[in-house]
Amino acid sequence: MPEQKMLTKRIGDINPLSIKDALEKGTYKQLEKALKMNRIDLIDEVEKANLRGRGGAGFPMHIKMMSTAKQESTPKYVVCNADEGEPGNFKDRYLMENDPHIILEGILIAAYATGASKGYFYIRGEYNQAISIMKWAIEEAKENGLLGTGIQGSDFDFDIEIRTGAGSYVVGEEFAMIESIEGKSGRTRVKPPFPTDEGVFGKPTLLNNVETYCNLPFIVDMGGENYSKIGTKTSTGTKLISLSGNVTNPGVYEVPFGTTVREVIEDLGGGVPNEHKIKMVQLGGACGPIIPEFMLDLQIDFERFEEFESKTGAGAIIVMDERQDLFEVLMRIVKFFQHESCGRCTPCREGHVHLEKLVHSFFKGDGNPNELYSLESLARVMHHSSLCGLGQSSPISIISSLSYFRDAFHDRMAFGGGEK
Amino acid sequence: MINLKINGIDVEAKEGSTVLDAAKEYGFDIPTLCYYPDLRINSDCRVCSVEVAGSNHLMTACSTPVKEGMEVKTNTSKVYNARKTITELILANHDTNCTTCARNLNCELQDLANTLGIEENRFEKVLEMDAVDDHNPSIYRNPNRCIKCGRCIEVCKDVEGTYVLENQGRSNEVKVAPKYGKYLSEEDCTFCGQCASVCPVAAITEKDDTQRVFDAINNPNKHVIVQVAPAIRVAIGEEFGHKSGGQWTGQLITALKRLGFDRVFDTDFTADLTIIEEGHELLERVKTGGTLPMMTSCCPGWINYAEQQHPDMLEHLSTCKSPQQMFGALAKTYYAQSSGIDPSDMYVVSIMPCTAKKYEAGREEMQSNEGMQDVDAVLTTRELAKMIRSQGINFNNLKDGEFDTPFGITTGAAAIFGATGGVMEAALRTVSEVVNEKPLEKIEFEDVRGFDGIKEATVELGGNPVKVAVAHTLKHAETLISEVKAGKSDYAFIEVMTCPGGCIGGGGQPYGTTNKKRIERIESTYRVDDSMPVRKSHENPTIQKLYDDFLEKPLGKKSHNLLHTHYHPRHKKV
Ligand SMILES: Cc1cc2nc3c(=O)[nH]c(=O)nc-3n(C[C@H](O)[C@H](O)[C@H](O)COP(=O)(O)O)c2cc1C
Ligand code: SF4
Ligand code: SF4
Ligand code: SF4
Ligand code: SF4
Repeated sequence: MPEQKMLTKRIGDINPLSIKDALEKGTYKQLEKALKMNRIDLIDEVEKANLRGRGGAGFPMHIKMMSTAKQESTPKYVVCNADEGEPGNFKDRYLMENDPHIILEGILIAAYATGASKGYFYIRGEYNQAISIMKWAIEEAKENGLLGTGIQGSDFDFDIEIRTGAGSYVVGEEFAMIESIEGKSGRTRVKPPFPTDEGVFGKPTLLNNVETYCNLPFIVDMGGENYSKIGTKTSTGTKLISLSGNVTNPGVYEVPFGTTVREVIEDLGGGVPNEHKIKMVQLGGACGPIIPEFMLDLQIDFERFEEFESKTGAGAIIVMDERQDLFEVLMRIVKFFQHESCGRCTPCREGHVHLEKLVHSFFKGDGNPNELYSLESLARVMHHSSLCGLGQSSPISIISSLSYFRDAFHDRMAFGGGEK
Repeated sequence: MINLKINGIDVEAKEGSTVLDAAKEYGFDIPTLCYYPDLRINSDCRVCSVEVAGSNHLMTACSTPVKEGMEVKTNTSKVYNARKTITELILANHDTNCTTCARNLNCELQDLANTLGIEENRFEKVLEMDAVDDHNPSIYRNPNRCIKCGRCIEVCKDVEGTYVLENQGRSNEVKVAPKYGKYLSEEDCTFCGQCASVCPVAAITEKDDTQRVFDAINNPNKHVIVQVAPAIRVAIGEEFGHKSGGQWTGQLITALKRLGFDRVFDTDFTADLTIIEEGHELLERVKTGGTLPMMTSCCPGWINYAEQQHPDMLEHLSTCKSPQQMFGALAKTYYAQSSGIDPSDMYVVSIMPCTAKKYEAGREEMQSNEGMQDVDAVLTTRELAKMIRSQGINFNNLKDGEFDTPFGITTGAAAIFGATGGVMEAALRTVSEVVNEKPLEKIEFEDVRGFDGIKEATVELGGNPVKVAVAHTLKHAETLISEVKAGKSDYAFIEVMTCPGGCIGGGGQPYGTTNKKRIERIESTYRVDDSMPVRKSHENPTIQKLYDDFLEKPLGKKSHNLLHTHYHPRHKKV
C-alpha cells in the first residue's frame, strides 16, 4: 500500500520560510472559509469527520472543541503540544520544519471555533530548528494580518506565543504542560476538572497535538463527511508514522488508518536491511507495546491498538531485528521512564526503581520465578494505578513482552545468559 | 441525588460528593493515605484506588466524583493487589522501625500495612538515609520516614499561606523539604506545627520534651509546677478514645497530679490577667492616639510571622506577653516569693496545644530572673498523653481533681481563649464594662464567634462605635494586614490566631484534628464558659488580689517589667 499524503502533500514543494509561498499554495484559504462559518457548524464538521487526537490518547476532537466553546469564562486558550519527547517520535518536528503555516492555520481554525483569543505553542527545547522556523512563521503571519486583531478582516482576534520545554518528557502531558505554561514546575494535576473547564490560569483551554490541528484545514476543505471516508470506519483520516530502527528507509510516512504495520515497514520502509530478520517491533514509542513478527499484520487504528491496553501512541514504529536483546531494550526503556517520572504519585515514583532492578535481574541472567511474579504484578499495578499517562504507559513494554516473549524470560531463568 | 452502585449495592449520594464519601456512608471503608479532610485533594498516593466499570485503569475514590449509573467496586483482587503493592513500595523506601518510633500504634502507614495484612515485602529496601532536622525547639523532621503524601505542603501553603515546605527534585529522588534552607530554622517557619498535626507518619513531629520533664519531676530538689492551657481540657480525652466535643478538666488535673507535678495550675488564670492588661493597653492607645489597630499577641506562631513578614507592623502588636509567659513570669517571681522557693529550684512546665509555644518559651525576652527562662519546658497535648500512658495512669478511670491555688481560680472569659474570637470576646466583656461603667446586658458577643476566616463586630464604647476583627490562620490574617497597610482598615482591635479554629485546633493537639472536630471543641469551650460562676476577667477575685498584693495596677511598673515584652524584626528569606 502506498502513502496517502494529505497533511504532508506539499512538503518538499513549499518553502517553510516563506509565507508568500504558503499563501500562493493555498494555505490560510480554509481559515478564510472557516471564518465565514458559524462556530457550531464548524465543530459539527469536525464531529462528522470523527477526528481523534494524534498525540497519544486518541480523544475525539469535537468533544474537546465543543466543551471549550460552551464555556462562558474568558479568555480561552489554545495550546499546541509540540513537546514530542518520546523516543522514536519525530513526526511533529517534520511538520514544523517543513510546513509551519499549515499548523498555524489549523490552530487558528480551532481558536476561532472555540472562541479562544490566546495561544501557546509549546515546543520541545531540543528542537532548535523547529523553534526558529515556527518563530519566523509566527512573525510572518503577524505581518500578514493572520495573527493579531481582526484576522482576515473578521472580528476574530488571536495571538500565539512560543514556549519551550526544558528537556523534561513529562511536560508533554497536558496538565504538566499547563502548569509549566503558568510558570510552575511541570507536574500533572488531578482530573477532573479537565483543561477544557479549567486549563491555563484556570481558564478553558483546548490542548492538542500538532498533527491534530493540521487536520482541521482539510476537514474544512472537503467537509467532515468526505474526510470521514478516509481510513477505516472508526478511525478516520491519515496518520503520520515515525518509522525508525533496523529498517532500510527510516523516516516519516503518512498513511490512511487501516494500513498494517507490515505494510509500513516493508512497503514504505523497505524492510530490514542486510538479510536480517525482524524480531520485534515497538509501537507508539517507548511507552507502547512490543510485538513479535507474526503480529505485524495488525492494522493501525484506534480500536486495534486499544486491545493492547495501549493507545495508538503518537504513531511510532520502531523495528528491531534478531540481533537485539529484549532485556537490553527493556532496560533502556525502564531507565528512561525512571528518569522522567515527575515523582508525584507512588506507583510511578517508587515503582520504577524496583521495575529497573527486576528487569536488570533478567538482563544479567539471574532472574528467578519470584522476580518474574513481582515484575508482572508491579508492572500491572503501575499501569492500572498511576496518576498520569507516564506511569500508566511506561510498563506496557514489559506487560506486552511478558505476553509475547514469555519464553525469553523462562530461557533466562533456565539457562542464564545475558550480560554478566 | 445521584444513584450509583457500590459493590453491587444501590447507593444514593449527594451531587458533587466523591466515591470515597459515598462508600463510607454505606459502610465500605476505603483506605487512604494522602487524603486528609479539609485539605486540597491531590490523589498522589493512589491507595484509595477502586474499580469503576468502563475503565481499565483504577480510579482514586478521593478524587472521583459520583456519577449517575456508575458502578464501583472497592474490594476486587485487582484493587487489593494495587493497594498492597503500593504500600509495599512505600515501605521499601521507609525507615521502618515501628517499635522505636514516635508514631508507633498511632500511625496511618502502620495502620494501612496492618489493614492490608502485609507480612513481608516483595521489594528490597531502597532507602538512602538523609539527615534529620532537629535544629529548632519546636518541630522535628525525619525525612527518612516521609512518604511524600504532600499534606504538610498543602497545610502550610493553602491553609496558612506560609509556603515553607515544597516538593524538590523528581522521580524517586523527590524530597519534601524547606524551600530555601536545609533546616526549618533557616526559613520563615512560624513553628505552628500544622504540618506535624497532619503528617500521617513520624516524618514531622513536635520536638519531644517529655524526658526533660520526667527528669525534673524525678529530681527531688526541684519544685515542679505545671500550667494547662484552656484548649487542652476540651481535647485531651480524644487521646484516650473519647469523641471530640467533651470536656475533661477534672481528670486532666488528677492525671497531672499522679504524674508527680508539685502544683497543678491553670493558664486560664493568666488569660484573665492578659485581658486586664491588654484591655487597658487598648484603652490607653485609644486615649493617647497610640498605634491602631492594636493586634493581639497571645499566639506565638503569629508573633513569628509578624516578625518575619511584617517587621514594619510590630508597633501594632500588643506588648502583652502571652498567658503562658505571664504565668511563667509570675511563677518565678510572685509565686516563688510568696511560697518561699528559690526560683532556681523551680521548674515550670506548660501543657499547650501548640508547638510554637516551645519556641516562645526559649525567647531571650522571657527571663524575669537573669539567665533563667520563665518557662522551662512546653509539652503538647500529644506529649502529655504519652506521659500519662507511659506511667500506667488509666485516664478514663480517674476521679476529678481541682486546680491548686493561687493560680487556679479562673473565669469563663479565660476558658474561651482557646477558640477563635475568644480573646476578642473576653476583652470586649471587660473593656465595655470598664469604659461604659455599667454591667453588660448580654455578655455573649456572637459576631466574633464561629468558624469564618474573618469575623467583624462593632461595639459601643463610651458612646462611640468601635470596630474590631478576628482572623484565624495566617492566610486570613494576611488579608487583614494588607487592608491595614493599604490604609483601608478602620478596626481598633484585631485578634489573630495562627491555627484554624484557634488554639483548640493547634499543631500539638491530638492526631486526626479536622475542622469538624475543631468546631466540636469550640462548642465544648463555650459550654465551659456557660458553666462558670464568674465569666468576666475583671471579676476574677484572685486577679483583683494579685493587683492589690503585688502588681499594683494594670500597665504599672511591675506589669511593665513582668507582663509586657517587645518584638524584633527578623531576617526575611528571599
Ligand atoms: C508523559 C506524557 C507525555 C506526553 N507527551 C506528549 C507529547 O509530547 N505530545 C503530544 O501531543 N501529546 C503528549 N502527551 C499526550 C497529552 O497529554 C495529550 O493527551 C495530547 O497532547 C492531547 O492532544 P490530542 O488530543 O491532539 O492527541 C503526553 C502524555 C503523557 C502522559
Ligand atoms: S505517573 Fe509518574 S509522571 Fe505521572 S504523575 Fe505519577 S509520578 Fe508523575
Ligand atoms: S512512621 Fe509509622 S510505619 Fe514508620 S516507623 Fe513510625 S510507626 Fe512505623
Ligand atoms: S510549622 Fe507551620 S509554618 Fe512551619 S513548616 Fe510547618 S506548617 Fe509551615
Ligand atoms: S512530611 Fe509527613 S505530611 Fe509531609 S509529605 Fe512527608 S509524610 Fe507527608
